[in-house]
Amino acid sequence: MDHQHRHSSSPRELQMARSMCWHCQSEVSGEYFCDRCVKVQPVSKELDYFTCMGFPRRLTIDPRQLESKFYELSRAFHPDFFQNKSAEEQTISLGNSAMLNTAYRTLRDPIQRAEYLLDLEAGAVKDIRTSPPADLFEEILELQDTLDEYRAADRASDTAATLCAKLQMERTTLERRQQDMENALQQLFTQWDILQDRGEATDQTRAERDRILKHMRDILSNRTYVKNIVNDLVATIS
Amino acid sequence: MARIVGIDLGTTNSLVAYMDKGTPRVIAGRNERNMVPSVVAMTDNGLIVGDPAKEHLTRNPARTVYSVKRFMGKSLADVQSELAYFPYTFTEQGGVIRFKLGEKTYSPPQISAMILKELKLRAETHLGESITKAVITVPAYFNDSQRQATKDAGMIAGLEVLRIINEPTAASLAYGLQEKTQGTIAVYDLGGGTFDISILKLKNGIFEVLATNGDTHLGGDDIDRLIADLFIDEIRERHGLDLHTYPDYMQAVRLEAERTKIRLSDVLKTTATLDLPDGKGRFTRELTRDQLESLTMGLIERTLAPCRKALKDAELTPEHIDEVVLVGGSTRMPLVRQRVQELFGKTPHCELNPDEVVALGAAVQADILSGGTTDMLLLDVTPLSLGIETMGGVMSSVIRRNTTIPAGAKEMFTTYVDGQTGVDIHILQGERELAKDNRSLARFRLKVPPLPAGVPRIEVTFLIDANGILNVLAKDMRTGQSQSIEVKPSYGLSDSEVEQMIEDSFKFAADDVSARKLIEARLDAGALITTTEKSLLEGGHLIASDNIAATRTALAALSAAKDGTDPRVIRARMADLEQAAKPLTVALLNDSLMKGLQGKKVSEVT
Ligand SMILES: Nc1ncnc2c1ncn2[C@@H]1O[C@H](COP(=O)(O)OP(=O)(O)O)[C@@H](O)[C@H]1O
Ligand SMILES: [Mg+2]
Repeated sequence: MDHQHRHSSSPRELQMARSMCWHCQSEVSGEYFCDRCVKVQPVSKELDYFTCMGFPRRLTIDPRQLESKFYELSRAFHPDFFQNKSAEEQTISLGNSAMLNTAYRTLRDPIQRAEYLLDLEAGAVKDIRTSPPADLFEEILELQDTLDEYRAADRASDTAATLCAKLQMERTTLERRQQDMENALQQLFTQWDILQDRGEATDQTRAERDRILKHMRDILSNRTYVKNIVNDLVATIS
Repeated sequence: MARIVGIDLGTTNSLVAYMDKGTPRVIAGRNERNMVPSVVAMTDNGLIVGDPAKEHLTRNPARTVYSVKRFMGKSLADVQSELAYFPYTFTEQGGVIRFKLGEKTYSPPQISAMILKELKLRAETHLGESITKAVITVPAYFNDSQRQATKDAGMIAGLEVLRIINEPTAASLAYGLQEKTQGTIAVYDLGGGTFDISILKLKNGIFEVLATNGDTHLGGDDIDRLIADLFIDEIRERHGLDLHTYPDYMQAVRLEAERTKIRLSDVLKTTATLDLPDGKGRFTRELTRDQLESLTMGLIERTLAPCRKALKDAELTPEHIDEVVLVGGSTRMPLVRQRVQELFGKTPHCELNPDEVVALGAAVQADILSGGTTDMLLLDVTPLSLGIETMGGVMSSVIRRNTTIPAGAKEMFTTYVDGQTGVDIHILQGERELAKDNRSLARFRLKVPPLPAGVPRIEVTFLIDANGILNVLAKDMRTGQSQSIEVKPSYGLSDSEVEQMIEDSFKFAADDVSARKLIEARLDAGALITTTEKSLLEGGHLIASDNIAATRTALAALSAAKDGTDPRVIRARMADLEQAAKPLTVALLNDSLMKGLQGKKVSEVT
C-alpha cells in the first residue's frame, strides 16, 4: 500500500474533483450550491466525511461544533426543502442528506471516528479478530471454560453460585482492561492531532504517523474482541 | 403551490387539519365534531363513513369495518390470534388481507381510502378548493409494509401523499410550535390500537429524533377486550348465554366496555349495562377503577419496556428527559399517567388536546413542505433495522434501527457459480438474528452478466427516504450501468393492483361529486332559511301582507326541496326565495339607513 500518495492528496483536491455545476455548467469549487444558478450540488462520492462536514482529520472534535454543522447542513440539504424543486434536485437532496447523516453518525462517536480515519489513512479494512489478544490469551481461554461450565450447571446449585462469583470477578478485570484501552486510545488520539496540527511531511513524522496508526489499529481490534466477550458474559450471568 | 393538508389516520379516530396563517387548525365536520370515527359501513344504500357508520356496528356488524389500521400491511397469519374478535369474513390474496363485505372484497388500503376521502371532502367543503395533496401520519413503529399500505390508501383516495410522518414526532411539532421548547422530550402515544414512544432533542427549530420504539398492536382496543371478556364470562355464568354466537351483541358489549373504561377515567366507580338477546333481560355490572386497574395493569406495563429500550438506544437515563408529552386517547387513563410519571420522574404535559395534537403536527409538517414554515425541521429515524438474508438464513444488518433518515447503505454482491445470471436478494426488517424471525419486506433478483464466479460486481444501494420507505438501486460496477429492480413486496399490493383500485374508486368519484354538491346546496339553503326567518321577524311589519305570504310560500318550498336529493332543485328554490324576499330585504335596508340618519341627527344636536 502506498501510504505516501494517500497522504499528499489533501481534502481540497478531493473537493476540486467536482468542478462543474450539473445544471448550468459554471464552475463550482467544492461549494454545495452553485453561485450562478443556486442549484444544490451533489456531494461527491469521493468526499470523505471530515471534508464533507468541514472538519480537519483530527480525532478530537467538539461535539457541539459537529452538531451545529450537522444542523446547518441538514437545513441546506433536507428533502423537506426541495418539495417544490425539480426531480433532479430532489434526488440530489436525498443523496446528500443520506450521506450527511452517515458522516455525522460516523464522526460523532470517537471510536467510529478513529476506525474511519484509520480506514482513510491506512486503507485498513476493519480487522475482525478471531483469537484472543496475546496478552489476554490464557485468561480468556479460562473464562470461556468457566462460561461453559456455568451454562451447563444447575442455576440453583452451589457450583453455579461459585462460578457466578468467579465470572463477576472476571467481568471486573475485563472492564478495567477496557478502560485501560480507552485511555491508551485517548493518548494516541492526542498524539495524532498534535502531529496533524504540525502539518510537517518529513520522514520522521511519516514514521511517527505510521506508528500511531498501527498502534491504534491493534488497540481497536482488541477492544472489539474484549467488548464482545464482556457482552457475552453479561448476557450469560444476568 | 396547491394547499397540503395534514391527516391523522387513526385506528379509532381520524382528523384533518390545515395551517391557517401560522396556526394549525383541525377542520370540523357538519356535526361540528373534529374527529371522524375510523368506521366504514357498507349499507344497502351505499357506503357510509364516520359517526353514522358507527351506528351500524351493532346493526350490521358483518359489514361494518372498524380498527382497519390493525390490518394495514398484514397477512392473515400475522393477525390470526385476533381474528375471532372481528365480526367479518376475512380472506387473503397475494399476502394481503381482504375483508369480505357483502358480495365484494376490499383490502385494508381501500377501506382506509374511504376514510381519507371523507376527510378530503371535509377539507374541500371547509376550504372551498380541491385538495389533492396530503401529509399522513403513521405510528413511529410502523414497518415498511405498513407505511407503503398507508401511501397506497392515499393514492386510492385521490391524494398525493407528499410525506408519511410519525405520529409522536408530529405531536412534538405541534408542541414545539406552541411552546418553543428546547431540550430533550419524550412523547408517549397510546391510542386505540398502537403504542409509540419517541425521544427527541429540540434545539433552535431542529427536532432531532434520538430513538423510537413501540408496539403496533397495543392500545385501548386491547383494554376494551379485557373488559368485554370479563363481561362475556359473567354473562355466561349468570345468564347461561354465550355472546360469541351473537355478532351484534359482541359489538354492543365491546362498545359498553369502552364506555365503562372511559367513565372510569373520571369516576372511581360505575355500572355497565347491557340488554341481552332472546329476552334474557339485562346484564348489569358494577366496576371500580381499582378493578379496572388490576385488570389492565399488565397491558400498561407492556408500554414501559419499549420506553426503557428507547432511552437505552438514545444513551440517556430518565433524568435526562426535560419534558414528557402525552398523546392519544388512552393516556387519559389515570393509571397510564401514573406509570409514565413514575418511569420518567416528571409530571407529563397534556396541554394540547391529546386527540388532536397529531393532526395539528401533520398540518405543521405540510406547511414546512409547502415552504410556509422555514425555521422548523424534523430529523426522524427508522424504527427497525433493515437487513438482508445471508447464507444459513441469518439476517445481516444493512441499516441499523434509530438511524437518522434519509439513510443509505451500499452492499456489493457477486456470484458463487460460473455463468450465474442472477442473485436473489431477500430484504428483511427487524432486530432478530435469524431471517425467519424478522419481517420479510420484499424479494428481488439482481440480473448479472454470465461470467466466472466472483467476477461480477453489483453494487446495491438501500436508501430509506424521509418517509421511512425503502428504495433499492443496483449498479453494475464493471460497466457502470444502473439496473432497474422490480421489487416484489412480501405483504403489499402490487403497483397494478393499486392502479386498479384507483380506477375503481374513480367510478365512485362521480357519485362523490354530486354528493358534495348536494351537501353544499343543503348547507347554503339552511343558512338562507335562517336569515330569511330572522328578517321576517324583524321587518315583517314594514311590508305588505301579500309580500309576507309570498315569502312564506317560497320558504316552505325551499324547506321541502332541501329534504330532496337534487341540488339543482334546491338552488332553484333558493333563487325563488331570494326573489320573493326582495321587498323585505329592501325594506330592512331602508329601515336601518333611516335609523342611521336619525342617529346622526341626534348626535349633531348634542
Ligand atoms: N377518557 C378516556 N379514558 C380512557 N380511554 C379513552 C378515553 N378517551 C378515549 N379513550 C380511548 O382512546 C382510544 C382512542 O384514542 P385515539 O388517540 O383517538 O386513537 P387512535 O389514534 O388509535 O385513533 C380508544 O381506545 C378510546 O377508548
Ligand atoms: Mg393516534
